Amino acid sequence: MQFLSYLARGISLGSVYALIALGYTMVYGIAKMLNFAHGDVIMVGGYVVFFTFCKGGIHPVLAIIIAMGACTLLGITIERVAYRPLRGASSLSVLITAIGVSYFLQNGAMLLWKSDPKSFTSVVKLKPLVLFGGQLQISAESIVTILVSVVIMIVLIWFVQYTKPGHAMQAVSEDRGAAQLMGINVNGIISMTFAIGSALAAVAGALLLSSYPTLIPTTGAMPGIKAFVAAVFGGIGSIPGAFLGGILLGIIENLSKAYISTQLSDAVVFLVLIVVLLVKPTGLLGRKTTVKV
Amino acid sequence: MRKMMCVALTGAVTAGLAMSSMAAEVIKIGGIGPTTGPAAIYGSNVQNAMEIAVEEVNAEGGDIQFELQFEDDQHDPETSVNAYNSLKDWGMQILGGTVTTNPCIAVGSEAVSDNMFMLTPSASSQDVISIGDNVFQVCFTDPNQGRASADYISEMELGSKIGIIYNSSDAYSTGILNTFLAEAQEKNLEVVANEAFTDDNSTDLTTQVQACKDAGADLIFLPIYYTPASQILKAANDMGYETKFFGVDGMDGILSVEGFDTSLAEGVMLLTPFVATSTDDLTVAFVKAYQDKTGDIPNQFAADAYDVVKVLYKACTEAGVTADMSASDICEALKAVITSDGFSYDGLTGESMTWDASGAVSKDPRGMVIQDGVYQPMD
Repeated sequence: MQFLSYLARGISLGSVYALIALGYTMVYGIAKMLNFAHGDVIMVGGYVVFFTFCKGGIHPVLAIIIAMGACTLLGITIERVAYRPLRGASSLSVLITAIGVSYFLQNGAMLLWKSDPKSFTSVVKLKPLVLFGGQLQISAESIVTILVSVVIMIVLIWFVQYTKPGHAMQAVSEDRGAAQLMGINVNGIISMTFAIGSALAAVAGALLLSSYPTLIPTTGAMPGIKAFVAAVFGGIGSIPGAFLGGILLGIIENLSKAYISTQLSDAVVFLVLIVVLLVKPTGLLGRKTTVKV
Repeated sequence: MRKMMCVALTGAVTAGLAMSSMAAEVIKIGGIGPTTGPAAIYGSNVQNAMEIAVEEVNAEGGDIQFELQFEDDQHDPETSVNAYNSLKDWGMQILGGTVTTNPCIAVGSEAVSDNMFMLTPSASSQDVISIGDNVFQVCFTDPNQGRASADYISEMELGSKIGIIYNSSDAYSTGILNTFLAEAQEKNLEVVANEAFTDDNSTDLTTQVQACKDAGADLIFLPIYYTPASQILKAANDMGYETKFFGVDGMDGILSVEGFDTSLAEGVMLLTPFVATSTDDLTVAFVKAYQDKTGDIPNQFAADAYDVVKVLYKACTEAGVTADMSASDICEALKAVITSDGFSYDGLTGESMTWDASGAVSKDPRGMVIQDGVYQPMD
């Protein structure tokens, strides 16, 4: 029973990672860049929900929609201002810029909202699920987070595979130059990817903070890094991979906290990543690409 | 006539010089603490209280006048050392800081080589005072907090199975933990769970709470700051786990977290040397001054900081410190006075506080409990 309870918490944490990792993997798959500022967009989404819902008292769904709008705007702006001018530059320059954007957002949030912690009220107002006569309790936040991440994953897969913009995304991902020659607006597609990724970040922020309520300007940083690990773990660029990686990472982290050491849980998580990458360098569901030389 | 003018002018100029040097006869006190960041409540309380105390000292109009400059360090050691350096550029002669432990250790090692006198209101680790003989504390040393907590729990029979959740990446937390464990063994308190977290994996603390629950702990000892403590209170509430919580001075501040449901903190106990609801004259006057200035109720850190300035004032007076002395000379003079037998101070955070050469203060702790959203004395 204890094991089930730890497992349930692991899946709950994992589904938050999965939600964040979906945003990471989308942007990587299409724009071929690691958007390290993704975790901080989550934090901004969290603050928007905090001020509209927790403080402003408007309906949680409406608050999340406002946050999605704000984050979408933020994501497109970041892409337009910071990343687009570097489209032809080396990936290292883009990576460093992404880290810069991340710091900019954290410190901007510190200026705007001060850095004393805020305690987040859960957006989910349901009773926890009680099983086995109270021995196993799963919070409503966990269930909602899992459902939301499954739904979002399915919608994303459908979008990429069966819609016209989705096909355009695949084309950009495969060969940017050829896609442009075929008349696809590459910049537009990349902007759209950032918009989707950032909107997901707002949802992830609201759900992350509903389960783990401390909101500070660095709230998004560590979950962001973990979700990046999850995306790599599952095979970066792959949508089901990000989901699977996130869930597994959450489970590994929580079980190692429970049975190995609460202090070494991060070490275990990263060790698993190293092992997976040694055995299967493209991640669990990553596509193997052969490069002819 | 011309000569007379000259003499008069020279006289005026000399007088002017004397005047300006008179006006500069202030001792420059520096303060460092987090006024933003995860521990912001501590730093802002300390800053406000130091300002109040300095105004009071200057209003007395004695030979000793203070000037205070306070810098933010965001509870970050590197930022803290930068703040220390900019205060030195400003001409700081005595440091009334820093507020939190890890930054204080970083700043302390700089201050030792400068021989700068340091009196910290609230950095409570043993490591802080063991840096050098120039560092003194107004608050209890962590070992004392851990020991006192274990004594208190066993004396008042608050719990029979103790769970602990602490931050293994924080010197403050581990310092208290170690002496608590030692004393708990001495007093035959049964520790059934001892769970750690680090700054990096503190997003999810439910596993640690679950472990305490599974071990059947009826009291959880929290030698940590209030931000993770608020997460732990919520997690315990969410899993329907009813237990007692016992914190130390870092718990002070939990009632002021924005958006936090304070009913979760109902019944939480903590050891702290100051409560704003006390009725003695000194506390009443201080709380009123603080409320007039900020509109808030001061916490224990504010009281510690008020005492810092007043202790410095008393020590400077007795040591005959003057504004033209160098920081190092002042340090030597203050060290000699503050550790001398006759020196004792009655403050907000304790009566007849005395110091020994180690830098640790001796005074008695008091137990508090949160009832109806305010701190009440436990006995």
